Amino acid sequence: MEPITEIRSRTAVLPLEDIDTDQIIPARFLRTTVREGLGENLFADWRYDSNGEKNTDFVLNRPEARGARILVAGRNFGCGSSREHAPWALLDHGFQAVISTEIADIFRNNSLKNGFLPVVADADIHGWLLANPGVELTLNVESRSLSLPDGRVTEFPLESFSRYCLLNGVDQLGFLLNHAGEISRFEKRAGA
Amino acid sequence: MSAKSLFEKVWDRHIVVPETADTPAILYIDLHLVHEVTSPQAFSLLRDAGLRVRRPDLTLSTMDHSTPTIPVGSLKELKVVSEPAAFQQILQMERNCEDFGLELRGMDSDERGIVHVIGPELGATQPGKTIVCGDSHTSTHGALGALAFGIGTTEVAHVLATQCLLQRKPRTFAVNLRGRLPTGVTAKDIILAIIGRIGVDGGTGHAIEYRGSAVASLSIEERMTICNMAIEGGARTGMFAPDDATYEYLAGRPLSPQGADWDEALSRWRELPSDDGARFDKEVSIDVSSLRPMVTFGTNPGMVIPVDDVIPSPAGSDPGFAKALDYMALEPGRPLAGTPVDVVFIGSCTNSRLSDLKAAAGVIAGRQVADGVQMLVVPGSAKVKREAEAEGLPEVFEAAGAEWREPGCSMCLAMNGDYVPAGKLAVSTSNRNFEGRQGKGARTVLASPLTAAASAISGRISDPRPLVG
Repeated sequence: MEPITEIRSRTAVLPLEDIDTDQIIPARFLRTTVREGLGENLFADWRYDSNGEKNTDFVLNRPEARGARILVAGRNFGCGSSREHAPWALLDHGFQAVISTEIADIFRNNSLKNGFLPVVADADIHGWLLANPGVELTLNVESRSLSLPDGRVTEFPLESFSRYCLLNGVDQLGFLLNHAGEISRFEKRAGA
Repeated sequence: MSAKSLFEKVWDRHIVVPETADTPAILYIDLHLVHEVTSPQAFSLLRDAGLRVRRPDLTLSTMDHSTPTIPVGSLKELKVVSEPAAFQQILQMERNCEDFGLELRGMDSDERGIVHVIGPELGATQPGKTIVCGDSHTSTHGALGALAFGIGTTEVAHVLATQCLLQRKPRTFAVNLRGRLPTGVTAKDIILAIIGRIGVDGGTGHAIEYRGSAVASLSIEERMTICNMAIEGGARTGMFAPDDATYEYLAGRPLSPQGADWDEALSRWRELPSDDGARFDKEVSIDVSSLRPMVTFGTNPGMVIPVDDVIPSPAGSDPGFAKALDYMALEPGRPLAGTPVDVVFIGSCTNSRLSDLKAAAGVIAGRQVADGVQMLVVPGSAKVKREAEAEGLPEVFEAAGAEWREPGCSMCLAMNGDYVPAGKLAVSTSNRNFEGRQGKGARTVLASPLTAAASAISGRISDPRPLVG
């Protein structure tokens, strides 16, 4: 995982609530054995019509969303299936962060393990972001801060271990492997 | 010592390294369930890092999501009936299990099935265990008093390599159930009513314990249906405290403790139920006596009503509500019952166990599936299929015009070639009515096996109560 300190980008806005991981990447695209290449089918059923043509109404197909690396979405983003293909698809498409008022548990966990930043914002900031698509934002991992173009700066929650791993590009498996001794002792004690 | 909940007891007993302000807890995992869709990239990670699977003996592998439900006698036939990508995924799973020394309940195993059906039926799922799987419906195993939750593929690699996970402790949520279910109302209706009440994010960050006076009258398979959909309410997991029904269910299963080990396990399990005075961060109470059969009308499981109610109007100006009704081609203020049905699916990790199939067969017996309705019955495992065959259920379904298939996830998520065509409406006993879940453009109404079977007969969304009891 590459270290991440700051993400600066325009936003793309998808205001719907309860966007589930089946929308982010439909199940038929999970018949893969690799992580790469999922971006093409990110939000596939919303992005493409029944003939496979781009749906010009859909926000990600509009010119102003091109190059946006921060997605702003409605409450409870990433609910449903545990598929890690969801953050893989978002990253593969070029997104590096999502901002919502609530982010589903498993999706948040999966995101943090892949260097995709899940940001929970308060209702005021979030409402402003929904109303102002395409604004340039800065998300700083070090200071856990979101900076708006009008100078407002707000903090977002980021658990300290995840923050450390993002800033240093630390692979959490390495951290677990370093505790092999404790794990063996636990197994002995528990008779596992 | 302060009173502890079931969840806290299981959590505390699995702490390898306690959590601190700076680091999450290292939690030991007693059982890791592995299937072909969420594991390939995890095995690749191990391969690239030169790691082995730490505890093959605590790892249970099967194939369920991509596998066809029409019978295949050979690899050649499998290749013919499967999509190329699905076929590759099945072959990769076989190779991964071979390379890493894992026993695989594969295509030719008489113990194969949906991972959340075979864990309990083999006796691998036990009270007090920590159980994970790269699958959000892992909460199913909480029915037996296990702490069971879904994880992503990176975490699958963590468990394969270390048998541990890094976890922050969730908060606790008591769902109190009292009363007795009326005839024609099922466990599926209980969990749909709970999700309707708390919303699809009501449980976010929480571990649910289902408790209260109604619990004793619920069978273990009914508890599995209720735990299965905890994630649809946003919860990390759902659990029932073990009781005599749990022990009776587990006794004599192939992987259950035997002899002196059984007695020792039983004394440990009896200590698990929440202490009197255990505190929960959140609580909700539901009188199950007042419930009616529940059906979803929108595109998430929280958009749900009793089958004899009318479709509600949006409370505020939620654009998602209008979009959902537009997708479903339904209108507010109109009854949902009576809506024409194209497909009926009985199956999935929610409702594919013997009791579910028997419930559906009881409604179907001596009747005919309506003209123009496709009804698919997919048992949850090879064992469920054998038991259903021994009871003559396939004959009941086939005589009515329904299709009886091989076990697997099938039309629940439409990865294996079984899907609902675009625009068609399915009444499904599965767990998700998300847009496109059962096929691109498919419209899903979630319901119990009784409601699904009653709807198959009339060809319209129907209240099953006139046909049962």
